Amino acid sequence: MKLSTSARLGLLTIALFGIGTWACQTSRSTGVASTADAASAVYVAPGEYDEFYAFMSGGFSGNLTVMGLPSGRLLKTVPVFSQYAENGWGYNEETKEMLQTSYGFAAWDDSHHPELSMTDGVPDGRWIFINANNTPRIARIDLTEFETKEILEIPNSAGNHGSPFITPNSEYVVATTRFSVPVPNRDMSIEEYAGNFKGMLSFIRANDPGNMDVAFQIIMPGYNYDLAHAGKGPSDGWMFFTSYNVEEAHTLLEVNASKRDKDFIAAVDWKRAEECVAEGAARTMPARYVHNYKGEDRIARSVMKESVTVLDPTACARLVYFLPTPKSPHGVDVDPTGRFIVAGGKLATVIPVHSFEKMIAAIAAEQFEGVVDGIPVLQYDAIIAGEVQDPGLGPLHTEFDGRGFAYTTAFISSEIVKWSLETFEVVDRIPVYYSVGHLMIPGGDSREPWGKYLVALNKMTKDRYLPTGPELAHSAQLIDISGDKMRLLLDFPTMGEPHYAQAIPAELILDKQLRLYRLSENRNPFATMGEGAAKVTRQGRRVDVHMTAIRSHFAPDNIEGIEVGDSVFFHVTNLEQDWDVPHGFAVLGMETAELLIMPGDTRTLLWRPTRPGIYPFYCTDFCSALHQEMQGYVRVSPLNSGVPVAWGTGGRLTTGQPAN
Amino acid sequence: MTMSTRSRALTAAAALLLVPAFFLPIWTIDLVAPQYPEGIGLEIMVNTIRGQGEWDLQNINGLNHYIGMKEIHPESIRELAIMPWLLGGILVLGLIAAATGRKRLLQAWLVVFVLLAAAGLVDFWMWGYDYGHNLNPDAAIKVPGMAYQPPLIGSKQLLNFKATSWPGPGGLLAFASLGLGVLGLWLDRSRGPLRQNAGAAADAQAEDPRHAAA
Repeated sequence: MKLSTSARLGLLTIALFGIGTWACQTSRSTGVASTADAASAVYVAPGEYDEFYAFMSGGFSGNLTVMGLPSGRLLKTVPVFSQYAENGWGYNEETKEMLQTSYGFAAWDDSHHPELSMTDGVPDGRWIFINANNTPRIARIDLTEFETKEILEIPNSAGNHGSPFITPNSEYVVATTRFSVPVPNRDMSIEEYAGNFKGMLSFIRANDPGNMDVAFQIIMPGYNYDLAHAGKGPSDGWMFFTSYNVEEAHTLLEVNASKRDKDFIAAVDWKRAEECVAEGAARTMPARYVHNYKGEDRIARSVMKESVTVLDPTACARLVYFLPTPKSPHGVDVDPTGRFIVAGGKLATVIPVHSFEKMIAAIAAEQFEGVVDGIPVLQYDAIIAGEVQDPGLGPLHTEFDGRGFAYTTAFISSEIVKWSLETFEVVDRIPVYYSVGHLMIPGGDSREPWGKYLVALNKMTKDRYLPTGPELAHSAQLIDISGDKMRLLLDFPTMGEPHYAQAIPAELILDKQLRLYRLSENRNPFATMGEGAAKVTRQGRRVDVHMTAIRSHFAPDNIEGIEVGDSVFFHVTNLEQDWDVPHGFAVLGMETAELLIMPGDTRTLLWRPTRPGIYPFYCTDFCSALHQEMQGYVRVSPLNSGVPVAWGTGGRLTTGQPAN
Repeated sequence: MTMSTRSRALTAAAALLLVPAFFLPIWTIDLVAPQYPEGIGLEIMVNTIRGQGEWDLQNINGLNHYIGMKEIHPESIRELAIMPWLLGGILVLGLIAAATGRKRLLQAWLVVFVLLAAAGLVDFWMWGYDYGHNLNPDAAIKVPGMAYQPPLIGSKQLLNFKATSWPGPGGLLAFASLGLGVLGLWLDRSRGPLRQNAGAAADAQAEDPRHAAA
């Protein structure tokens, strides 16, 4: 009997509904702490600080949000891959170049996985990395300033979902290609996918600020590569990647890539890769990708790179092994001891746990069930440490509390399941609302988790908050995992889709926070170091306004001689050297963004006036009792009207000619 | 008319106590306002005025412009050019008094010290009066009857700021120095001055073999 495609889809949907209902019925308890207990557990008194900084990916908003735990309060939005008019990120002259790619200026992206830098397998609070999924990139954010400092594009990659997972001493962050594509990418028939499209695993040097680069790439069969995690302890030196679509389907993957019972985890010995690269086993491939970084002057530069080092597993023996894993594995997580590799199979009915020790033994004993494109496939039974039974439906991601327990999200049955790393038996479960993807325990993917809280990152919030039209708030849930039973403490909304998150004890970064930039060390070439140096200059149709801002005025605050058709660069320097006193700058009719200038910094906004008139400008960030008076005027005259460039503050306008 | 060894040692110690006073704040003014929970303040050194934090002076000057107070520019305050010399002079005089053991020098030292300290406080008060009262008529914030003179010592509310003025470690050392000098003199009170003032009785005592032996 042959079923049409739509009939098969219909059956699949019914099946999913069916098991969803079953899951709801089997939920054992709601696990909600009493309201008063929960409230007091997340209450942070006025003036007190949260215990943890949580870094939530902004999902399709392309940024990173910083929230306090346990309160769930929003502390900051850090723009990364998307223009952000609130502070001019991606609009002003100092940050525009950060959004350059080999495809041109990319004003948006989709950010999934924040990843904290590590020392000795423990988050150290120096930096956080995050991926751009759509136009493959990885960014480094400095946690003394909470500002994006560097963005590296990933060549030969298409759909940078599985990144940036980090090695224990931040040697590398990795980037996998979600979509296999021709390498190098070229015009060809999609039907020729099998064998011609390739996957790429990229290792990016991560511990040299300002110099992120692709150290090497490993060219792989044309599967979809999903997520990754680094080995640690005994498994340090290895990186594990999940893949699906070993069927190498190129259409209707929901059916065609779900046929086989098992897909693969690719285990990569990255120290071996370093050896092969050093021995010259890699080849240099032409590739165009950009590296954007902020220099000492805090101005972004974009540099085009021309080539990349690519390693073929057939040219480097003992580099990659495939671990068969049921079924369409999504997450791959390594426990704090580094002994177990836990896979989450989207469609699997058990959680398979591979043993690193057994894997090494199986490699030594050559217990292979086959070889694919030169990559040995290990025997499933030879490497499996155990299978967790009844783990919920659609197990995806696992994190650890450091006390011998693992916590796995079950997407379809909307629950979190706690199980033992000794017995591989489920010991507790708690429902979440609804369709949980990742979960996060502070340090829960590291060698030493701070296993007090768990955050569930949910996809849906029906009935959890006041409804807001068709688009509802996105949600996270805070769960207490300090006791034997999990307890739900808090629902809190997040920005964008909170795909994944990381968290770190506040004390690790609190004292490193920069309060201001030293004006004396401002290296922006257009910095104005004092009001006496404020001026306006013209060169052809370009006008540069060298402006200062201090409570509560701009200098100059009267400008004349601007003409329609000019390109006016407002270079505004904030002269303040006081904590929490930024100044803003906006001008009537501005088509792009405002400026937000931190104390001691200079930011530049380009303005092209289109019609004559008087244009007020003002400070947008409340700064003092006289904030409202912090304003000025620009006179715009018709083209070629010959009004001389002149400016002034508190007196007559000057033309900059020396007084006689 | 000479000082006891003990008194000379005290005088020398008193003079030497002034050495660190060259490097420590003589006086401090702490300012606390709701929007400056971490505090902001001034330190008056022997030769300059500086902020307690790196940018405090600049920020206090910035805040003062709202109420029309003059900016504080240490390099233009004449007293700060003279003070190191006066303090140095007191130090040297104290050392000379200790070295020579001449009680009159110690007395002179104390008198000069007290006079200069008093003059310093008066000058500080006048300086504060001038800054607090001599306001720019164009100031943005004018509160009828309000002056912004910081207290000479103690606390006072100046609009949103609570200003607390107190001797700094250098000032406390100077007071301690003065105290040691007075102590030295007091311990020798039965020597010199009594004899002088007692006149004939003292002369008679001088002939007393018991006193001669002492």
